[in-house]
Amino acid sequence: MIAKKSIKNLILAVLFALPLFATASGSTKEGEEKEFNVVEMIMHHIADSHEWHLWGEGDDSVSIPLPVILYTDNGLVTFMSSAFHHDDSGKEIVTRNGMNFVRNHGKIYQLNAGETSVKLDDEKHILNGVKPLDFSITKNVASMFISIILILFIFIRIARSYKKSKVPTGFTGLMEPLILFVRDDIAKSLINEKKYMKYVPYLLTLFFFIWVNNLLGLVPTGANLTGNIATTMVLAVLTLLIVNFSGNAHYWKHIFWMPGVPTPMKLILAPIEFIGIFTKPFALMIRLFANITAGHIIILSLVSLIFIFQWAGTPSMLLAIFIMILEFVVAFVQAYIFTFLTALFIGMAVEEAHH
Amino acid sequence: MDLITPAIGLVFWVALAFLALVVILRTAAWKPILGAVKDREDSIKNALEAAENAKKEMQNLHADNEKLLKEARAEREAMLKEAREIKEKMIADAKGEAQEQANKMIAQAQESIRSEKQSALAELKNQVANISVEIAEKVVRQELADKDKQLSLVDKMLGDVTLN
Repeated sequence: MIAKKSIKNLILAVLFALPLFATASGSTKEGEEKEFNVVEMIMHHIADSHEWHLWGEGDDSVSIPLPVILYTDNGLVTFMSSAFHHDDSGKEIVTRNGMNFVRNHGKIYQLNAGETSVKLDDEKHILNGVKPLDFSITKNVASMFISIILILFIFIRIARSYKKSKVPTGFTGLMEPLILFVRDDIAKSLINEKKYMKYVPYLLTLFFFIWVNNLLGLVPTGANLTGNIATTMVLAVLTLLIVNFSGNAHYWKHIFWMPGVPTPMKLILAPIEFIGIFTKPFALMIRLFANITAGHIIILSLVSLIFIFQWAGTPSMLLAIFIMILEFVVAFVQAYIFTFLTALFIGMAVEEAHH
Repeated sequence: MDLITPAIGLVFWVALAFLALVVILRTAAWKPILGAVKDREDSIKNALEAAENAKKEMQNLHADNEKLLKEARAEREAMLKEAREIKEKMIADAKGEAQEQANKMIAQAQESIRSEKQSALAELKNQVANISVEIAEKVVRQELADKDKQLSLVDKMLGDVTLN
């Protein structure tokens, strides 16, 4: 009851405070005489970054510097992102090991030997530099490390609690149904009875990794890890590898020489099924990326309405809160769908012939 | 276009970190958790089965007891009946035997009475004969002294003796 009441109060307080925020930021905008660019702001928020931006703009911005790790022709180069002094337009030049680095639109460039200033073309592309391989601990990587520490802490603690008592209590009792949900409703129901236990650890890790990172992405100032195509690509490729390395003769026969159909159909089906090997994980990659990114874009767009319409934009906060709640559901559902489909594909690959 | 171009750094870190997470969690978390849950499920299953078995055994035992009780009751009944029959038979037998014995004794007694009587009669006859002879002797001795008297005596005696 108390919790319910305090949540209600909190929402009301936020709603009353919003117009103040709106006018405040509106006035600073007028003072700077700089047009508020919604697309740029949103793209900036959903993209990866070399520093963890908290608040403020330009030189006033407050952010947590993160390590930059570059693999250049002359070996590894590391420095903190604060060396760029929040510059993202190629003006600030960082010199390390005799190489000059600049940052332009979130990308780090190595200026060609002898160049000391940046030459940009009309579309603000750098003309006199190359992109070194960037292994920086970016905002997304840092967020992922946090999520991994969180996951390890949670589940190792749960594992320890089972040593004390096999009866789950407290937090273990909260998480156990989820673990059993993945084991029974995802793995056991989709994969061959005899083989499913082999895949349960992977599916559990996958599920909690996606879910926790989806949730961390919803935290204000959080990173958009699961809404990044690189992350979803890695996970989808792992699914692709696991599925095809698990595939038995029955699975491959269904791909290259579909039983039970006339020979001409077999010839037509083979290339389609072969492409299917790749389209399934590809769809996984796009689904997770698109869902999470779209959620972030919607919330950011609704919040931006306040900056555009000022006072009149405040009701959009109600919508933003509604979408936020929806996103919490989506965070779980997308983790579930990714895990479910991975289990389904594995199940299809290890299915025994039964006809 | 940046949005849908995977960055090599992130691909590298995610792949590395995620695989490490799978390996660590597999041994440090999933194995003990799933093991504990499985142990618990097994123990619950076993306990339920044991309870079910015990219940069945109890029922069997109960049925056995009932059967035994019934058998014992029937046996008791049979034994009682048999005992009663034996008793009755014994009584009947004893009665018959006693009767027979009594009859035998009575018959013996009668027989002995008859023989005693016979012997008594015989003796009596002998005595009477002896006495008669003695008397006759005496009388004859006396009477023979007198001829008349002898004759009258003979007459008299002949008159007395009636052949029985």
